[in-house]
Amino acid sequence: MGAFQRLGQWSLGVLERLGRGHLFLFRTLLALGPLAMRPRLLIRELYSVGVLSLLIIVVSGLFVGMVLGYQGYITLVDFGAAEILGAVVALSLVRELGPVVTALLFAGRAGSALTAEIGLMKATEQLSSMEMMAVDPYKRVIAPRFLAAVISLPLLAAIFSAVGVMGGYFIGVGLLGVDSGSYWSQMQASVDLFEDVMNGVIKSMVFGLVAAWIAVYEGYDCAPTSEGVSRATTRTVVHTALAVLALDFILTGLMFGDL
Amino acid sequence: MTTRWIEITVGIFVALGLAGLFMLALQVSNLGEYRGGEGYEVHAHFNNIGGLKVRAPVTISGVRVGRVTDIRYDPQRYQARVTMNISAAHDYLPTDTQASIYTAGLLGEQYIALEPGGEEEVLADGDTILFTQSAVVLEELIGRMLVNMTSD
Amino acid sequence: MHFARGDRKIFDGLDITIPRGQVTAIMGPSGTGKTTLLRLIGGQLKPDRGQVLVEGQDVHRLSLRELYRLRRRMGMLFQSGALLTDLNVFDNVAFPIRENTRLPEPVVRNLVLMKLEAVGLRGAWALQPSELSGGMARRVALARAIALDPLLMMYDEPFTGLDPITMAVIVSLIRRLNDALGMTSIVVSHDVAEANSIADWVYLISDGRVVDQGSPSQLQREASDWSRQFLEGLPDGPVPFHYPAPDYLDDLMTGGRS
Repeated sequence: MGAFQRLGQWSLGVLERLGRGHLFLFRTLLALGPLAMRPRLLIRELYSVGVLSLLIIVVSGLFVGMVLGYQGYITLVDFGAAEILGAVVALSLVRELGPVVTALLFAGRAGSALTAEIGLMKATEQLSSMEMMAVDPYKRVIAPRFLAAVISLPLLAAIFSAVGVMGGYFIGVGLLGVDSGSYWSQMQASVDLFEDVMNGVIKSMVFGLVAAWIAVYEGYDCAPTSEGVSRATTRTVVHTALAVLALDFILTGLMFGDL
Repeated sequence: MTTRWIEITVGIFVALGLAGLFMLALQVSNLGEYRGGEGYEVHAHFNNIGGLKVRAPVTISGVRVGRVTDIRYDPQRYQARVTMNISAAHDYLPTDTQASIYTAGLLGEQYIALEPGGEEEVLADGDTILFTQSAVVLEELIGRMLVNMTSD
Repeated sequence: MHFARGDRKIFDGLDITIPRGQVTAIMGPSGTGKTTLLRLIGGQLKPDRGQVLVEGQDVHRLSLRELYRLRRRMGMLFQSGALLTDLNVFDNVAFPIRENTRLPEPVVRNLVLMKLEAVGLRGAWALQPSELSGGMARRVALARAIALDPLLMMYDEPFTGLDPITMAVIVSLIRRLNDALGMTSIVVSHDVAEANSIADWVYLISDGRVVDQGSPSQLQREASDWSRQFLEGLPDGPVPFHYPAPDYLDDLMTGGRS
């Protein structure tokens, strides 16, 4: 009996949070319109969300690309197919690793920071005082951060994939002696602009939306105490990671499943 | 941290992101195939296409000239009907060109190889290639070998 | 203004009228929901029953747009100050002006400096909130709250946690601003002496209802036992010193076995 009751409570709690999350998203989307009049707010957030994530993305992309180059080469050379290394590296990055790893890194670097910032603003009554100054926190605080995250993630994912392809090139062509021409030509022969690149971009857009939503919502919804903020920050990273991986599975099934 | 610095770095960030996208589109993917017009389409009928897939390359003497755009079964002829798109630059293929399905390497993907014939007339959009050679199916090959061995 | 709210938990049929142009103090022990009361007036919380009327408008029936229009004429001083930590003092005070009006920058500058002058912090305009002492932060927050010349100012515990000098400054500021700008002020506090010294009218609330009301001198003379205990700060009286507990001796003798 007790177990059923707890299960019921838990389900209702999850439903309620989901409902509040969607209401929150709705109000945030409504607040995006007026943002067009204030591009400066957006630029500030693009800086703290996008520019400050650039370093970790470039470094990670480079290393992931180099590791792909190594591992791909070791596997392929046994089949005498080392020249399709470029295709292997590019397809892995463009389809999966670029969008997914970028979203995971983004949750850790920018998402957690967004949650903590908004949570602290709430804990120190800054959001509340804004409301009393007749300034809508959705327009002034939430919407710019949300939009900045949505815009940043696809750009970061593209940078990640591009840097990764070059990392694979350094290792495969520079170190292991794969022919430079076939690295690129095999890549171009097997990576399709729409099937692969566009789908990867769509993936990273979806991830950007989800990561941004979770990050700002957890911040706005957190308990206004130092403990509440720290828990919300943890939740942002965990929930974003789970949501991104689950969505990636679904999107991959939809995009590449019937090929 | 001045506003100017923020604006400059954001500008660089957006430019880098777009550059990444462009690189993926131009350098990494097959955008080249989509460029230079749509080319023209020709059809070919095969008894068996083996593992041929849409987007597989179409080559002449190993040089890539187009790709497979459509594969369907033709119930009137009881054959597979393959549609391929050949880039407009290669508009000199004689009507008696032969199309064969080959495999790149032992494990590689399958592609269509064209061998130009000697006719004066050339293939145009919507034409059908008459001479075709189906894919070699490994099981058939092995089966035939086994039959030969037992009959010996 | 008339205020009534029914809610069994925090306010149980509370009925308060705040007279225009005067300083009204609302006092009560910690945890009686004084801050909640201010949030109700500001429309940040919704009552379960009853209504809050500000200038004849029911705060909780207004659309979001109308509510924000009304809030432009309300100022609220938060206990913590609630300054925006990423802006300096000047920008903090300029914030409500810039967000709510389209005044040219020189005018904004003059307004901000006037408000800062009123709280005596014009010289501190370039400081960051982290560089301010608690008392200065509250004065900056006060300057920010009056930036739009509100008709109704709400002070949430304005005297808590201040040294005597800063406290005196705040006390005189509240009175002076009220009289100079013709505002209506609500001071929520449990600092009896300070609140009494500036209030025109005092409400004492406890357990969700008004226990006593009157002018400060009136309350001194004819207060109930409860009010006397609160006003004079006696440790024991109608409000017991002890949290409800089982008999002391029994509790000791059983050795924690029960």
